[in-house]
Amino acid sequence: MFDFSIITSWVHGLLTSWMPEGLAIFLECVIVGVCLLLMYAVIAIVMIFMERKVCAAFQCRLGPMRVGPWGTVQVFCDVIKMLTKEIITIRHSDRFLYNLAPYIVILASVLAFACLPVSRGLEILDFNVGVFFLMAASSIGVVGILLAGWSSNNKYSLIGAMRSGAQMISYELSIGLSILTIVVLTDTMQFSEIVERQADGWFLFKGHLPALIAFVIYLIAGNAEVNRGPFDLPEAESELTAGYHTEYSGMHFGLFYVAEFVNLFIISGVAATIFLGGWMPLHISGWEGFNTVMDYIPGFVWFFAKAFFVVWLLMWIKWTFPRLRIDQILTLEWKYLVPIGLVNLLLMVIVVVFKLHF
Amino acid sequence: MNSNLKDKITAWEPAAVWSESGDGLFTVPADRFRALAERLHAEGFDFLRSLTGMDWGEEGFGVVYHLEATSTGENVVLRTLTPDRENPVLPSVCDLWKGANLNEREAFDYFGIRFLNHPDMRRLYLRDDWVGYPLRKDYDPAQNPLRMSNEVAKDSTASFELMPDGSIIRKRNVLFEEEEYVINIGPQHPATHGVLRFRVSLEGEIIRKLDAHCGYIHRGIEKMCEELTYPQTLALTDRLDYLGASQNRHALCMCIEKGLGIEVTDRVKYIRTIMDELQRIDSHLLFFSCLCMDMGALTAFFYGFRDREKVLDILEQTTGGRLIQAYNTIGGVQADIHPEFVRKTKEFIAYMRPLLREYHEVFTGNVIAQERLKGTGVLTREDAISFGATGGTGRASGWACDVRKRHPYAAYDHVKFDEVLFTEGDCFARYMVRMREIEQSLNIIEQLIDNIPEGDYQLKMKPVIRIPEGSYYAAVEGSRGEFGVFIESRGDKYPYRMKFRSTGLPLVACLDTIARGAKIADLIAIGGTLDYVVPDIDR
Repeated sequence: MFDFSIITSWVHGLLTSWMPEGLAIFLECVIVGVCLLLMYAVIAIVMIFMERKVCAAFQCRLGPMRVGPWGTVQVFCDVIKMLTKEIITIRHSDRFLYNLAPYIVILASVLAFACLPVSRGLEILDFNVGVFFLMAASSIGVVGILLAGWSSNNKYSLIGAMRSGAQMISYELSIGLSILTIVVLTDTMQFSEIVERQADGWFLFKGHLPALIAFVIYLIAGNAEVNRGPFDLPEAESELTAGYHTEYSGMHFGLFYVAEFVNLFIISGVAATIFLGGWMPLHISGWEGFNTVMDYIPGFVWFFAKAFFVVWLLMWIKWTFPRLRIDQILTLEWKYLVPIGLVNLLLMVIVVVFKLHF
Repeated sequence: MNSNLKDKITAWEPAAVWSESGDGLFTVPADRFRALAERLHAEGFDFLRSLTGMDWGEEGFGVVYHLEATSTGENVVLRTLTPDRENPVLPSVCDLWKGANLNEREAFDYFGIRFLNHPDMRRLYLRDDWVGYPLRKDYDPAQNPLRMSNEVAKDSTASFELMPDGSIIRKRNVLFEEEEYVINIGPQHPATHGVLRFRVSLEGEIIRKLDAHCGYIHRGIEKMCEELTYPQTLALTDRLDYLGASQNRHALCMCIEKGLGIEVTDRVKYIRTIMDELQRIDSHLLFFSCLCMDMGALTAFFYGFRDREKVLDILEQTTGGRLIQAYNTIGGVQADIHPEFVRKTKEFIAYMRPLLREYHEVFTGNVIAQERLKGTGVLTREDAISFGATGGTGRASGWACDVRKRHPYAAYDHVKFDEVLFTEGDCFARYMVRMREIEQSLNIIEQLIDNIPEGDYQLKMKPVIRIPEGSYYAAVEGSRGEFGVFIESRGDKYPYRMKFRSTGLPLVACLDTIARGAKIADLIAIGGTLDYVVPDIDR
């Protein structure tokens, strides 16, 4: 398995041989930041294209077909269009918060995105409380959404923001519980470590029943966390026209839009990392030949394949189910998912204490 | 009308005068009308089919009421009038028949007739700053230039009450208090299916009160009809309920044919019936699609539209139109059916039946859809009748209100079909009624399609059509309820007054009752299942 830290340490060595260490680290941070944002944008474009194609397939349509082969250039055109559009300022809005809100949302999203280990040695933010940091960073997003709804001075936006607040804060709990279940199994919060421990089998298989329950809860709660159907109440277009981002235009709207798609990827990426082994290839103990062949496939291919598989699952759900109502969403969370999650956590503790896992 | 009922009414109200012209109706003096209305309501006439404001020139202003007893199926037509052209005042009946509420506002809007004790005497369609009353015969359109200012939404309304000394006082009624959280849903909103506007008072997500504003697509079709010859008026009916274009025009043709006393050939009757049913399938498929879209199930939306396209193709081949068909004419239809019509229709029936099962799999059986639709937006049978909410809405509440069964017309007495009835009255029942009706419509077409009799598709009509003096009413079962046409003729080639009984107006009228206490998301589901079409409400 190729280790990317060879490249990164080579770059580091090269830079320090030319300049003082402080400057080299600063330069490296800048390079990493640029790469991160570039990857963020590329992922967003791929996600948007995928969404349009997947949804078209479910709806007996073709999706974008005209611009480029199979419509592949369509999304780039849309991005350029979005960039050139005017950002309309709204009268009687809270100007400062109104302009700040999309950046808070995108900031939370980028911070969470930086936590994902893409391949061996290719992780940006990786320290001993990584899981904790990811959850903390991703929950800043709801602040941006609440601010957007409040500062727009629009009643629809406000209702959308309130719904979003109620929903995202509730479902954070279930996400936390299901991730905690896996943390109990691994006894580490560091993402690279979590992935390493899955070398002899993914946690979804190693943790069997409690891990499976946690995975299902995580998918449901994760879907709700990123405000996608059937949990897309905050922006239910048939009820609130567009919810919290009704009044946003141009790239400010674009930031919400991109953040929503990358958040979906982050949710899927985290699912892939903690349940499906991240960049770790599929290993079956005893099948040495099989394992060696699997190791030839690079880690980032494994990671993206797993993440996009989960994305596809979530898109399938979105394009099939009707939308829930606000009271049903909260009932689902507080009366079903949280109690099940708590019991499941206990179950995992028992499994770990009595060494019932594989 | 049977003589038994006629005698009864004469006994209850000796001042009521029977006149034979047209369908025949009773004229009741304004001061005696309220007592007779109460009596009739108590005697079982619980369904106000139509309420038409009128300007009889010298005689004054008045209203024509079409009443039906749902238990016995008896019909009676009443009219009452006031000779006062300056300050016309009539008693309100909106406490007896809830559906009269909006209809009386419409009469106030058009004729300036003020209804005593009506709680909400605002204009219904026109702007509040409109000068004069447009359907009065002495109305001068020059009074109303195009206004470039915004209309300010008022939070209060007026009602008129009669004092013991004979004077009338104006009372101010508050619609929304200052501190209420009122949001606008519409006129530009994805879920109102057109330019309908609700002002909704919210408490969190819960709806406290709903006030419907109509008139954003008001074109004054009834006024326009008064200046058109009978064949010309046909063109406007397709623009009412555009998902019931065929049925609307059918109703108008039937009413004119009734006035002229002509009977169309069996071939025409069969063709009209098949076209009406195809139109109904078209409308119900669109209903399914739009409801799914409103509920967030966007995939099911495309399924419905995919199959609706097949119906439109069949309609287009014969009539030349997809939305606006312009097919029925006075005394027949515009053109004979296309040579491929029979084959294609049969293919469609075979194609559609299995797909309905697919619809049920993708949407009806879904647990979220069931949770959202079941038990929400309940309309009781009494309310449905009182509001006159006919069609699928009425039948979902257990009211057998199908005009095809109550007053069979065209070829409906030759076919066997079930009137789909549910008793729950909730959104799910309203949804299921329409899904089952697609099956019934397929059954009806299947029975007729192979047996279309030979004959002329168009009777020879005179170039200038004049209907004998009198008033006529004819109704068909539109895609979303009873669509009626009321014509008052003075023997000219133009109608003296033409009124369309809107299928959607009663549905909007009952919305406040249904939606109170529901959530915003429920309002969308309720609106979707009531299935109103806005141009039909506004006319």
